[in-house]
Order: sequence, then structure tokens, then C-alpha cells
Amino acid sequence: MANLETTADISLPQLSLYRRGTNVLVTLMAASAVILVLLPLGAVFGYLIYKGIGSINLAFLTQTPKPVGEAGGGMANAIAGSALILLIASCIGVPVGIGGGIYLAEYGRNRFGNLIRFTADVLNGVPSIIVGIVAYGLVVLTQGHFSALAGGVALAIMMVPTITRATEEMLLLVPNTVREAALGLGVSRWRTTLSITLRTATSGIITGVMLAFARAAGETAPLLFTAFGNQYWNWNTSQPTAALPLQIFTYAISPFDEWHRQAWAGALILIVLIVLAVSAVRVAASRGMLKGAN
Amino acid sequence: MGNYALGAPRLPGPQPVDKSKVTDISRAQTGPLIQSGSSRLADRAFYFAILACGLCVLALVGLIIFELVTKSSLSWHAFGWKFFFQSDWDPVNDQYGALPFVYGTIVSSILALVLAVPLAVGVAVFITEMSPRWLRVPLAFTTELLAAIPSVIYGLWAIFVLVPLLREYVEPWLARYFGWSGLFEGAPYGIGMLAAGIILAIMVVPIISSITREVMTAVPQQQREAVLALGATRWEMIRTGVLRNARAGIMGGVILGLGRALGETMAVTMVIGNRPEIARSLFAPGYTMASVIANEFSEATGDLYLSALVEVGLALFIVTILVNMAAQLLVWTVTRGTPARANG
Amino acid sequence: MGVSIQVDKLNAWFGKTQALYDIDMKVEANHATAVIGPSGCGKSTFVRCLNRMHETIPEARATGRVRIGELDVYNGTSATQIRRRIGMVFQKPNPFPTMSIYDNVAAGLKLNGFRDRHRLDEIVERSLQLSALWDEVKDFLKKKSGASLSGGQQQRLCIARALAVQPQVLLMDEPCSALDPISTGKIEELIFQLKESFTIVIVTHNMQQASRVAEFTGFFLLGKLIEFDKTEKIFTNPSDKRTEDYITGRFG
Repeated sequence: MANLETTADISLPQLSLYRRGTNVLVTLMAASAVILVLLPLGAVFGYLIYKGIGSINLAFLTQTPKPVGEAGGGMANAIAGSALILLIASCIGVPVGIGGGIYLAEYGRNRFGNLIRFTADVLNGVPSIIVGIVAYGLVVLTQGHFSALAGGVALAIMMVPTITRATEEMLLLVPNTVREAALGLGVSRWRTTLSITLRTATSGIITGVMLAFARAAGETAPLLFTAFGNQYWNWNTSQPTAALPLQIFTYAISPFDEWHRQAWAGALILIVLIVLAVSAVRVAASRGMLKGAN
Repeated sequence: MGNYALGAPRLPGPQPVDKSKVTDISRAQTGPLIQSGSSRLADRAFYFAILACGLCVLALVGLIIFELVTKSSLSWHAFGWKFFFQSDWDPVNDQYGALPFVYGTIVSSILALVLAVPLAVGVAVFITEMSPRWLRVPLAFTTELLAAIPSVIYGLWAIFVLVPLLREYVEPWLARYFGWSGLFEGAPYGIGMLAAGIILAIMVVPIISSITREVMTAVPQQQREAVLALGATRWEMIRTGVLRNARAGIMGGVILGLGRALGETMAVTMVIGNRPEIARSLFAPGYTMASVIANEFSEATGDLYLSALVEVGLALFIVTILVNMAAQLLVWTVTRGTPARANG
Repeated sequence: MGVSIQVDKLNAWFGKTQALYDIDMKVEANHATAVIGPSGCGKSTFVRCLNRMHETIPEARATGRVRIGELDVYNGTSATQIRRRIGMVFQKPNPFPTMSIYDNVAAGLKLNGFRDRHRLDEIVERSLQLSALWDEVKDFLKKKSGASLSGGQQQRLCIARALAVQPQVLLMDEPCSALDPISTGKIEELIFQLKESFTIVIVTHNMQQASRVAEFTGFFLLGKLIEFDKTEKIFTNPSDKRTEDYITGRFG
């Protein structure tokens, strides 16, 4: 009993004003941090819409740039060029990325797999401008001139690690029992992987691919000295090609008001495409990566 | 149906098997039913195909190193270590020193971190620990949307919105009240190191906050309950129960943000002023390693010039790789082998 | 018709840990054989060795001789060929989540390159009838996903899927452990009928189940086959003290 009484004597101080005050203050600070971060987001989107929407018209979407001083013209060739470069990048980057992801998920539970995993994360952090230098050395120097192919290779290098890691993550979500069921039916391993495991993880993998694609679509730095840009239409993969982000960059740092307006319009189109891709992915993701999986 | 091996369904209870009707399922029947192809060969082929894809990742990093090292050797032989400690960048006389770029890169990145870290951690704390449940997902989504905006759009916005704002309001105010520090001196152009730091900060906040959120959610719920049960306020719980446990991971997120800031190119190039100078004032224009490559690479005439630019790239590559490795390891220690994605 | 299984000196490892020691067993054709024992005794590993599923686990390997009918499992035949002749039903029902009921049953044949639409329809119907699921699902075969069925139905779907490739042996690795008593009853009834056409090996931790469905029972302990005999003998008059201890619930 004596003991109990002594503990009662050490009456703990009431929750002091100081402690409560700090709690409220910190909560307020965290909330204002959120506002401070959302502010630029709102500002960027607000300005994009405010400045961009007025300049988007049929000419902008169907014409090539006019010479300096002439009004009108558009970025149709840059949009097409971006599509061409992204198509090349996807053709190279998506299969390689998914293949690498399959390797990591199905055969990569070992030292060597860890090495690849780590390297992929490292590659993910390589500045995009460096990737540009490599694509320049690899394609531009070999071909002798800037080209859509070089731009595509650069963007493919950016896409591979993202897709690899996303694919691995999604395949690992597929319960092992599903693999066993197929193997138990005497289905060969490669068919099990392609027709069962990969198919079960499809929606998740598409998410990863879309994210990588959206990221590549906005990349500018690696295109500066690979795709290089072009004032005219180009469908030839071995010729310099315009790209939407490149065109936005060129116009933004130019001294002409007309070009500034077009830069905003181009940026609005670019961001709308990217946000659409990302939100589609979000919706798909919230519906469940593995539809129907246990 | 004569040779259908399973025979008629005999559902209502066991019946004597009529041997004449149930034919044996021997290879004779399974043969035509399923061609037993050379699946072992196909398996090998498939294995090697996807192994090749995995090796591609290794090969890419190898290729990057090879390209950078071979193409920069000319400059390395000409200048050696001096390259990084000399500040004259003079293509006309073929003299190259990368110090201003190194300086600009470091200062702009540190400035970005100073601005971004408190904000990012604040956002993460708010989203994971304080925000009402219904607000969590939309908030997380919107902050991640910041990471999806392309660099060139940030640059565009910075040129036409941020820079005028800095020039007209922020910089004169800073000069008046903090000019004594020497950091805010000179004419307020708007364009310069400060603008670069701010735009970088906006760009790295989502990276740091998403990793911070990830490591904070990895802290077991019992840790929180243990602290709360001692009568702690929510902030005390966050500080001792969550932030302390997630320290290493948050540090990893910060370093990952640093890696991104160091290598960020377009937005910085568009607002930093692109002048190879070393100035104390943050109002002054500067130049970063990434932006000098962006601006001069396609115009570089002369082998030594190109080689010097590639050497800048090599240095940038090595630094970002080291920074990223450190970050990965730190994040891994907290989330235990579920590595965080750099731009999730 | 089922075929007999002859196992000689079967040893299995996970990495460096040995899971099975010198197992010898002869499984009679067209009978059900139960494998019982406390958890971790190697009973699952044993059946997984019979169709070479064991080796799908990294670093797992097995040695010895297993003959299924006249087929030598570990010698001269590929694992996929073996698994086509030996159906397997797993502990947890594992229908393919992205496939319809029909596609689930047809999966084994389709993935192995069987393309005859007409016969496929017949086989799917037969297999579902054999697994006593046909009447419950025939109206939405291609509309509903296999994962939308109840647990017991899913397990019968998995049995139908295994039967569709027309195996000679059916391995069941604790097929009822995730099911409710009514579904369990249905599966047991099914086993009773299926053993007229197939040889069945069933792993179970439920001794009543073993005694209900199987003519022969093997008792495993610590990776060794302690006793293998007629079920009746095992449960009423075991010759080994350890079997008796387990049967009477003194350990495990």
C-alpha cells in the first residue's frame, strides 16, 4: 500500500498548455505545408488553361510552324513527331522492360536478380540529359545525323527500368497457387508465365507502362541532341524530328510573343495528354490491380 | 464418343465399372489430344529471351559508363583533376574548367532541399497522420500529380509567372530586409540561382514526400499506440513514435530528392541565367552541369569542347549514382526490401 | 483407367534440408490412397514429388525412382509430359482469376495446343459433370469468372480442370482444408466416384477423412514413411508405436 501512495504523490502534471499548443501549431504548420505545395500545382494548371486555351485552334493542331513574324501556324508536326518518337521508344522499351520484369519476378530470387534490381533502380535515377549523351553516341554518331530513331532510343532507355520494376512488382502480386495450378496441368513454364501469370497481372502492368509512357512523353532533355527538332513534317525515322516538349522549350525561350502563346498552347495539350494517362491509371488501379484474384 | 476416356458420368453413387466401355487412357489417346511438343527447348529459349531483357538493364548502365568514359578521355588527359577546380569556360581558346557548373549545381540543389524538405515532410505528416480519412487519397494523388508535370512545363511556368513575381515583389523585399547577409544582393533580375532553387524545390517535393509517406506507413501501428498509451499528444506521438522510427527512410527520400535536383535539366536551364559565374548572391545568374550540356552539346564544335562537356556529364553521372545508391540503401533499411520507386 | 504408382528410394531436399528419406511405396491402381501425418512431416512434398511439382520451388530437388504405370517419372520424360498424365488439386482452390469457368476447365488443353472446338465443348461438359459441378454452373459457363464461385465450387472447378487433361492419376493435396463441412462432404463423395477411373492419392491432416475415402493409408513422420498399409489396419491395429500415438492423438 505504501508504494501505491507514493506513486499517487508523484502527480503527473496536467497536459500543459505548452504541449497542447505545440500540437496545434504543428498541425497548422503541416496543413499550411500542404497548401504551399498545392499552390504551385494550382498555379501551373491555372496558367496553362488561362494562357493556353485561347491559342488552341484548328490551325494549331493541323499546321506546321510559320516563320518568325508571321502570325498563325501550329505544332501539328511536333505532335506527330512526339507520337513517332514515342512509338519507337515503346517498341523498344516496353518488350525489354516487361521481359526484364518477368525475369526478376520468375527467375530473379537470387544474387544476380538483386544485382539487376539494384541496377534498374540506379538507371531510374540517371539524369535524363546523360541518357541523351549516350543515345547521341550510340545512334547519332553512327548514323551521322540527328534522328527520330535516336530520340526513340533515348526515351526507351528512360522507360526500361520503370517498366521492369513495375512488371516485377505486379507479377509478384499474382499468388503462387495460380502458377502451380497451370504447371500442375502440364503446361510448360514459358506458357504458364505468358498465358497465366502475365495475363493475371495485365492491368497492373499496363499501369506501369502508362506511367513510364507519360513520363517519357514529357521528357525534353534527352531529345535536345537526338531528335533535335524540325520545322517541317517528318515521318522518316532517320531524319531530325520535331517533338512537342522540344517545341515548347524552343518557343518558351524565344523572344516572340506569338511563340510564347504557342508554347502555352503546346504545354496545355501535353499536360492534358499526360494527366489523362495518369488518371486513367489511377482509376484502373483503384478498381484493383488484379481483378478477381484472391 | 467411343474412345472418350472419362466415360459416362456415373454420378449417383459408385457403380461397377464396365471395362468394355471405359477405354484406357494410354498414350494413344493423349497423343493426338495434346501434341507433346519440345517444351523443354521452348522453356530454355524463353528463359534466355527474358534473361537477355534483364541483362539489357545491366548492359545499359555499362553502356552509359563506357560512352561517358571513352568520350571524355580527351578532356581528362588535357586537364586532369584541374578540370573541376578551374573556373574559366572558354570554348574560343579551348580552355575548360567546370567549377562554375559544379558550384551552380550544388548551390541550386541545396537551396532546393532547404526549401523542399520541411514542406515535403509536413505534407507527408499531414497526409498520413492528421488528415481526415476521406482527404487522404485525393491529397496523395494531387501531390503526386506534381511529379507527373514535365520539367519543360515547369520551366515555361517559371519563366512567365515565377520569375516576374520574384523580380517585382520577392527579390526587392529580400534585398531590403536580408540584403546584409550578402545572399540577396545586386539587381533583382528574377532569373538566377534563386529562381532555379525554387523551381527545383517544387519539383522534388513530391519525391521526398512520397518516400516519406511510404516509410511512415511502414512504421508499425503498435509503435504509435505505444506512445499514445503513455498519454502523448498527437504531435508527440508523431515525433517519437513515427518520425524517429522512419528517420533513415526519410533521409533516403531526401537524398533521392537531391539526386533528382542534381540531374534536373530543363526547368533549371530555362531560369538560371546560364552564365558560368560564381557569385555569392542568389540573385545572380549561374549555370549547372546539366544545363551546360543541354545548351552547348549540340553546338559544340571541336573534339576537346565536346569531350569537356561529356566529362561534365560523367561527373554528374557519378555523383547522381552515388547519391541514388545511398538513398536506395537507406530506404531499403526501413521498408525492408520493398524498394521505393523514384517517381511514384 | 488408373495406373499404379511405384516409388523406390525417394529422397527430397529443400536446399540443404532433407525433407524425405528413402520413401518406398506402391500405390494401387484405381484406389484412393491417403497420406497422413503431422504438419511438416513431408506429406505434401511427397505428392509433389510424384508429378515433379517439387522441383518448381527454387533449390528444391529429388532423387529416386517413381514409376507411374510404365512411365518413369524421373527418367527420360519431361516434367510437363508427366504433369499432363497426373492431375493435381491443391490445398487452396486456385482457379485462374482472369478466366471464365469454361476457360478454366479448358485451360490445360488449350494451353497445350489443343484447338478442336467441338471436342473441347464435350470435354468441358464431361469434366464438369464428373466433378459434380455441371448443374450448378451450366447456365453461365462463359459469362462468370472462375473466381466468382464459392470456395467449394471453386475446388470442384479445379478438380474438373485437372480431369479435363485426362490424367491417369489424381493427386490431391489437402483438397478440403480450406472448405466448409458441406463442401467437404461433396468432395469426398466425388473422390469415391472418381477412383473408379483414376488412381487417387490424397494428402490430408484429417484422419476421419482418410478413413472415409481411402483403402490404403501411409503415415509420414519427420520425412519418413513410418507405416503403409490398408486403411483399416492403420486405424485399428497399427504395427508401429508412433503410428498408434498419432492415431490416438498423443501428439501432432
